[in-house]
Amino acid sequence: MGHPELAEKFIANNERMHWHDKALWFVREKRDLAAHGLNEWESLREVAKQIKTHTIDKLDFYLEEFEKNAKEKGLHVHWAKDAKEHNEIVLKLLLNRGSKKLVKSKSMLTEECHLNPYLEENGIEVIDTDLGERIVQLRNEAPSHIVLPAIHLKKEEVGKTFEKFLKTEKDNCDPTYLTRAARVHLREKFLNADASLTGVNFGIAETGGVVVCTNEGNADLGSSLPKLHIASMGIEKIIPRLKDLSIFTRLLARSATGQPITSYTSHFHAPVEGGELHIIIVDNGRSDIIANDDFKQSLHCIRCGACINTCPVYRRSGGHSYGYTIPGPIGSTLGASKDLRTNKTLPFACTLCASCSNVCPSKINIHNQLYKHRQSVVSAGLLGAKKHTILKVATWVMKHPALLDFGGKMARKIVPKLPRSILYSKVNVWGKKRELPKFPKNSFKELYKQREEKK
Amino acid sequence: MSSRETILNNIKKNVPSSTIDLPETNIPHTIYENKDEKFTTSLASVGGNAVWLKDESIDEFVAKNYKDFEVIVSTCKDYTCSTKEANKPNTPHPLENVDLAVITAEFAVAENGAVWVKNPDNRHRALYFLATQLLIIIPKENIVDTMHEAYERIEFDKSGYGTFISGPSKTADIEQSLVIGAHGPTDACVLFV
Ligand code: SF4
Repeated sequence: MGHPELAEKFIANNERMHWHDKALWFVREKRDLAAHGLNEWESLREVAKQIKTHTIDKLDFYLEEFEKNAKEKGLHVHWAKDAKEHNEIVLKLLLNRGSKKLVKSKSMLTEECHLNPYLEENGIEVIDTDLGERIVQLRNEAPSHIVLPAIHLKKEEVGKTFEKFLKTEKDNCDPTYLTRAARVHLREKFLNADASLTGVNFGIAETGGVVVCTNEGNADLGSSLPKLHIASMGIEKIIPRLKDLSIFTRLLARSATGQPITSYTSHFHAPVEGGELHIIIVDNGRSDIIANDDFKQSLHCIRCGACINTCPVYRRSGGHSYGYTIPGPIGSTLGASKDLRTNKTLPFACTLCASCSNVCPSKINIHNQLYKHRQSVVSAGLLGAKKHTILKVATWVMKHPALLDFGGKMARKIVPKLPRSILYSKVNVWGKKRELPKFPKNSFKELYKQREEKK
Repeated sequence: MSSRETILNNIKKNVPSSTIDLPETNIPHTIYENKDEKFTTSLASVGGNAVWLKDESIDEFVAKNYKDFEVIVSTCKDYTCSTKEANKPNTPHPLENVDLAVITAEFAVAENGAVWVKNPDNRHRALYFLATQLLIIIPKENIVDTMHEAYERIEFDKSGYGTFISGPSKTADIEQSLVIGAHGPTDACVLFV
């Protein structure tokens, strides 16, 4: 199913749609407050963009530097060209140590690789420890947002889920009560785990270490108890220098939730005493995107979620409507780059309002990319037959100005007189949940002419 | 060809015609007239609190403010009333019942209420996350404006672990309601001495 069909399911519940819209707008507003609180905000974004542009252009160099420095510090580095290889490396590392219980902290990369089902099939217990991720894991759902995985759920639904799995009180859906229950439940999992896996926010080439940012402390707690810590990192997470973090740590949390910084910004340059730290560098299609000048900026993403929170389409259609690991504007461009055929509807889940590009801390040209992807969809012949014909007709009409003028004139005369039953009939897909604007008497062309004549 | 080569070669194939230099990161930025005050409000906004020690010892401060705490461990030499030794166990697991951890941090950051914690003498980093409450001790002159100054002060020439801690652990994953105390400490107090 494409985005329109999945979105239709979501918007069928009008009340929930508005609730979702508001919840995300609230986060967007917090971001604005935090951003406007710093005079240097725009310079930070500009510098972030420059660092990312420079790094992606010399990524081979920085990856090798990262590897060299990490190894010097006694860390293990692995390379995975795709999801399959990544998953196999993880499993091998676990089996080598006889690990059976893995605690995981948030990592969209492992979602992308479908790591959990793979490990479970191989007899490993995998526990997602970020509260939102644990909630969706218990419900057998995918995260609907990259920073707020359970944003699509109401507290009553979380309460019901916990009632079933954590034996919490019936009908108690107080967020503090539920969070405490999860704390107790997950504490036990942390203490009994024999391996941990975290994502990576930044890999520092200069020092060979990785940085993980969380609010809950789950990445730190998970990785500091068992002896084995695996960190999965996309190739684009590399930054050249330690001090580049002064830029990114100022941007990340403010863009994400409006906080000045995450509760924990942890720099890992060593395993725990007697332990091992393995970093898996994953490509999985990323190096192909570098080849394309139109889309390579999408690799500048620091996964803050700001573009998602601001997107009018995401807010009203929900994260699950995208059918791709990363929802929202950035997911739509990444998804289309990865597999245009499967994700052909995603570039159209966009109003081209450009709000995403305007909030993005790395100043990625997200909306331009979606516009470009649309053209690829059309030229690859992936547009539905109906849309394709409409576009063909429209192109033809627009190439004949006299015809266009005549058509416009007739429409202005006839349409306002048509009864609703015809105007908003099934044929007019556009009219679903939309009202036509009032038709003006004259076209723009006519008005312009009149104005010029009066001069 | 190994995956390492495959990936690197694929990247190398696309070497761009021109590149830009790495920019200066220490850009002109906000300077706070009163860093102590800014730190206090930043930390309060993320659920923590800041206190300046006056005419008393850390021991006295803890005795007064953490009355019924049973298990107290410390990585701070100036606190002498620990009930348990943080570095004694061979694994961090026995530290799970710590009620209060008195720890040291190198410096504080005014703009965001964070403190830099990197202590090679602390054997178990899990302590920072297992303890129910944290009391973080910092020399009062060690406070900087922003992360720009912060990153000038830290290095990882040797291996190790270091973290910026800003307030207690928290989550807003259930309907965006902020709950203080997720997996880590439920309370964090920064004590300037
Ligand atoms: S594209 Fe930009 S705004 Fe969107 S998640 Fe990535 S960094 Fe944040």
